[in-house]
Amino acid sequence: MTSASAVASIASIENPHPAVPAWKVFLALLSRDVRVARRELPFFLVRTIMQPMLFVIVFGYLLPKMGFTQAGYQAALLPGILALSLMLSSTQSVTLPMVTEFGWTKEIEDRLLAPISTDLVAVEKIVNAMIQGIIAALVVLPLARLVMGPVAGFTFSHVPELFIVVVLSAAAASAFGLLLGVLISPQQIGFMFSLIITPMIFFGCAYYPWRGLDVVPWLKYAVLINPLVYISEGLRASLTPSMPHMPFGAIVGALLVLTVGFTWAALFRFRKRAIG
Amino acid sequence: MTPAIVTEGLRKVYPGAGRAGPPSAPGAPTPGDTVALDGLDLMVNEGEFFGIIGPNGAGKTTTIGILTTRVLPTGGTASVAGADVVRNSVTVRQRIGVVPQRPNPDRSLDAWENLIYHAAYFGVPRREAARRATELLERLEISGKARLKVDQLSGGQQQRLMIARALIHEPTILFLDEPTVGLDPNARNSLWEILRELHNQGRTIVMTTHYMPEADELSDRIAFIDRGRLLALDTPENLKMQTPDGSLETFFIAKAGRGLDA
Repeated sequence: MTSASAVASIASIENPHPAVPAWKVFLALLSRDVRVARRELPFFLVRTIMQPMLFVIVFGYLLPKMGFTQAGYQAALLPGILALSLMLSSTQSVTLPMVTEFGWTKEIEDRLLAPISTDLVAVEKIVNAMIQGIIAALVVLPLARLVMGPVAGFTFSHVPELFIVVVLSAAAASAFGLLLGVLISPQQIGFMFSLIITPMIFFGCAYYPWRGLDVVPWLKYAVLINPLVYISEGLRASLTPSMPHMPFGAIVGALLVLTVGFTWAALFRFRKRAIG
Repeated sequence: MTPAIVTEGLRKVYPGAGRAGPPSAPGAPTPGDTVALDGLDLMVNEGEFFGIIGPNGAGKTTTIGILTTRVLPTGGTASVAGADVVRNSVTVRQRIGVVPQRPNPDRSLDAWENLIYHAAYFGVPRREAARRATELLERLEISGKARLKVDQLSGGQQQRLMIARALIHEPTILFLDEPTVGLDPNARNSLWEILRELHNQGRTIVMTTHYMPEADELSDRIAFIDRGRLLALDTPENLKMQTPDGSLETFFIAKAGRGLDA
């Protein structure tokens, strides 16, 4: 019933739909996510600020006041807390929506039908999560500084390094979040928090510098699989550079490798979930 | 007439859970695999209301999935509105509207935003999108629900919202996958009215159903499919003429060896 001529004639159908440039579709997808984030701003702030601020109050205010921490601990803690806010916010703002939209309601479908490559739909999710992670760090920084009081050695003199670390950290954390979001099912969310996120937080060198782990050498190397380690150390290298930290080049290299690796794996898996 | 859709030898095999080993011959399915489509040839004309009918598991949803670029075929080719569904999937998406089997609105947005953002994904300017959204909500009789979260809409209203969403970027071809499943008779009748109106405007419509009267009522031509193969393709009148009692159901049982509910 079909023939070569039929296939040929189909190509000649006049097309009333000029192609929409991919960047335009990308921005429309992003504006949708920004709209949703604005609507959920109070929840976003609670989610973003709660945990880091509780740690700031206990470890950055109460313990120093009680005399249980040494002078200088706050300089190690502040960048770590920012790293934590950045990572948790980036990761969660993509993981949770992906888990529900793919696994439960299938509502991602209208974006998968948008005239843009499926990979770019996934990349947009990463970019949106990066923006949310960076906003979270910007919100937590003044609050943490306020609670802790003056922090010795804290400086804004390394702006280019800070910029590189923040962007790469947000990218690595967001790509990791997307990977989790397309890997796990709605039933596994609790499991993800207990077995993945919580150990990452505690072994992410957010509350102690990586060099502090010299005292437990095996752990010092085991934690290197944790992306949060490089985010914490990167923020130390750029915000409190006089404190001991990993070499800047190693941090940037690790964040780059993690971003590329997580993005590659997340896109691969996203495609599998999106197209049957 | 110009074809809007052409498929040739369309094949889809879903890998089975228990992969027992390599296939017995090149191209043969591995034991445990599910063959959803087994060489389907279809041609849908421009402006046609095309019904695809078959029991559950016949391959209807897989067919729609491939034609709407959401499922990759294992073999064969398909072009929709002049573009290949695999090589030019972005072009195909630009030209089609899809109403899914179960409403899947964007639950983080209200009904109005569902339409406006969907239009934006297709490059429709905001003011034009607002004009079309107003008109569509009006025509689908859900304009009073525009500012409600989609969870507050009934099943029938959500289904209408899906139709509005599928139309807001003015697609050349509209796909509907079992659009009346789960709707009460009133909601179904009013959906039929809407579909007739869209068809009268000259739009190409492809609809799957396993509800015989629906296909009979609306379609210009009906494709009967079962086990991934085309059993028959003709106008409802011609198909009915081939059975002594003039019923599509009887025709299907004669062809497939089982009923639609089997």
